[in-house]
Amino acid sequence: MHLAYPAVLAVLLFCTGLYGVLARRNAILVLMSVELMLNAVNLNLVAFDVWLRDTLHAGQALTLFTITIAAAEIGIGLAIVLLVHRNRGTSHIDRLRDLAETDRTATDSDEATVADATDNPVGSPAGDPAGRPTDTRLTRGEATA
Amino acid sequence: MSATANLAASAAAVSGTPGFLSPTGVEILFLLVGLLTLGAAITAVTTRQLVHAALWLVVALGGIAVEYLLLSAEFIAWVQVLIYVGAVVVLLLFGLMLTRAPIGRSPDADSGNRPVALAVAVTAAAVLVTVVVDAFRTTWIDLEDGAPQGTTDVTGRILFQHWVLPFEALSVLLLAALVGAIVLSRRENGRNGTGGDGDGDGGTGSGTRAAGGGER
Repeated sequence: MHLAYPAVLAVLLFCTGLYGVLARRNAILVLMSVELMLNAVNLNLVAFDVWLRDTLHAGQALTLFTITIAAAEIGIGLAIVLLVHRNRGTSHIDRLRDLAETDRTATDSDEATVADATDNPVGSPAGDPAGRPTDTRLTRGEATA
Repeated sequence: MSATANLAASAAAVSGTPGFLSPTGVEILFLLVGLLTLGAAITAVTTRQLVHAALWLVVALGGIAVEYLLLSAEFIAWVQVLIYVGAVVVLLLFGLMLTRAPIGRSPDADSGNRPVALAVAVTAAAVLVTVVVDAFRTTWIDLEDGAPQGTTDVTGRILFQHWVLPFEALSVLLLAALVGAIVLSRRENGRNGTGGDGDGDGGTGSGTRAAGGGER
């Protein structure tokens, strides 16, 4: 088999995942795109391992390790996303802008900062106080079901 | 981008002179499954229905497992099916449901910097495909002759002869990730303090723990 087939496929899958990471708004969809990028790397590792005929089979061993680390990463990442969703009522990464206030405080006066501070714990101004109780109720229903 | 895939694949086929116009059956199968995988991946990152994105991800990851089989890495293919298609996608669907993802079409699935993301991805794809095709123009994988390289026998032998220490370190890392997920799920339990939230958090923790056990 030509080596360019798996290499080009891995490149295209990686760039698809790159687009997903940059363009998606939901944090879980971003995690899905990260999984695509990791799978592209795994495909490259397996292809080059089969090509080089390594006696240690470092490519296949590293692929197994990458799969394990990706599984651990998705577990931790989902726990963080669920925690953020419980606290903020949203999992849209565009709305989590607590650390992105430098230009606003530089240009605006102090009252903008005060408005920011009162705005931020709510996350999305509309519909969040109604959203959080619904969420916990839904979770409890799933846990008992 | 599938047009790019076609173009790249045909470029790859043209550049390899020995097998051009007579590709082997493995190559044809690899190309077809690769196109399916790429199409499923592109649909997964562009669809506006969030649950459908997870289901298209199943198709993409299963396609990659078939590519592992075609590359004679048998054990890794089954590990891919077990962990990715089995555990990770179920965990992602679990997260989508728990964060109350909308079932139908959601118009705000893509953020505002979508054109920039598209430009970056297309540029990276063009540069990398050019470099990779140029670099591996005359490189061939011998799949026929020699001993099989990716059977469970071979992989288990090298994993437990040469890679034991990383393997054990990795199991410690998995344990740490599992404990971390449980701690992340339980900390907010103590902060809120109500009984109802305790029930909900218990469900989340046990779900994460079950997924961690599956990964192991």
